Amino acid sequence: MEQIAQQFFNLDIMKASFPMLMEGLKITFLLVLVVVPLGLTGGLVAAIASGAKSRWIRWPAYAFVDFFRSMPPLVLLIAVYAGLPFAGIRLDPFAAVALAFLLNNSAYYGEVYRAGIEAVSPGQTEAARSTGLSAPQTMAYVVLPQAVRNVLPDLVSNTVEVVKLTSLASVVSLSEMVYQADMARSVTYNASPIVLAAGVYLVLLWPVVRLISRHGRKIAS
Amino acid sequence: MDFSDAFLNATVLQKYAPSILSGVWVTLYLSAIIVVAGTALGLILACIRAGGWKAVNFVIIVYADILRALPPLVLILIAYFGLPGVGVLWSSNLVLFIVLTLILAAFAEEIFWAGITSVGKGQWEASRSTGLGFAQTLFWVVLPQGVRMGLPPLTNRAIAVTKMTALGSVIGVPDILNQATTAQSFSGNASPLTLAALAYVALFLPFVLLARWLETRFAWKRT
Repeated sequence: MEQIAQQFFNLDIMKASFPMLMEGLKITFLLVLVVVPLGLTGGLVAAIASGAKSRWIRWPAYAFVDFFRSMPPLVLLIAVYAGLPFAGIRLDPFAAVALAFLLNNSAYYGEVYRAGIEAVSPGQTEAARSTGLSAPQTMAYVVLPQAVRNVLPDLVSNTVEVVKLTSLASVVSLSEMVYQADMARSVTYNASPIVLAAGVYLVLLWPVVRLISRHGRKIAS
Repeated sequence: MDFSDAFLNATVLQKYAPSILSGVWVTLYLSAIIVVAGTALGLILACIRAGGWKAVNFVIIVYADILRALPPLVLILIAYFGLPGVGVLWSSNLVLFIVLTLILAAFAEEIFWAGITSVGKGQWEASRSTGLGFAQTLFWVVLPQGVRMGLPPLTNRAIAVTKMTALGSVIGVPDILNQATTAQSFSGNASPLTLAALAYVALFLPFVLLARWLETRFAWKRT
């Protein structure tokens, strides 16, 4: 028991590594602020494209979504970070993470939006078009607001996944929170800094996870 | 530099294909046992939760919440670097298997539970009044309906979690990604990464398409 406390919950080590972790948390926040809007925008484009009338737009959109849903995020990140330099494109870690997440998140958010758009009945579009709204106006003012409301819980739950995934940035040595915690771990030979990082994630994400669960139950009942 | 020479170099591909293929095997068998064990554990937890003991349910809910809120990489690092300090020496494969199984079980429990609660009270009452016991009602009446409803989200979640086996490369699991990055640094060529990416897509695309089919097949009509 004493050993477990020492190895995982060493308060002195946690206190010492706390400032480092907070430095990392800033980068984590910055990453979230960049990759979530990018993913939401890219996903919207993917969803609208996969609902297009022309198959020359629809099929590539589906191919894009399925390809990037099949690829593990870390593989994508390493391919971007370590592979692209061979094509003469050298990205710094932050840009590499942003690009890899844009591709991955657009696919996932795209699927969420698509489900929401498909759940809006065609009558809505027909009615809007017949009042004289153009197709883009119908999409923006009639279909999307309802679609987003339909899938709001899924959008939130996907965003939780994105926040969790920012931890992968540590693998390409971007100094976000997990990177900082792992540095502290390797210096102290003690897992407490990573446990502390886990605690920070819990404080941030647990309320959201709880909210999603309760909301899911409401739909079910 | 020639593009195909850097990304699809035949000599490099030929040289490292066997090691990446051995990685495919590792990724494949880890994924398979994680899906089986994680789904089974999640189903068991959801059934226990249906029993309705308050204290037990509290523990299950806290477990499922924590494992759903934490990044898998963080749990892997804690287990891999922390456990040896308390005398638990697990191989990196075992750490990856246990952590991802526990994560999938947490999500599966929530999905099965949502399925169980979505089956109306009338079903419970009707089958209990025909003389079926609690367990019989759960297994023969409620679960068949609840599980069916959970199939699409469960497939998606299982894909997401098994794709995380790539995180094992961080702690030295000899999976596809690990073999590819090693080969890439030895050869100074990106072709192994191309091969790895293709291998992952070949492995997971069928399941992504299966999930898509399940969604249209079992989807709730929302409007």
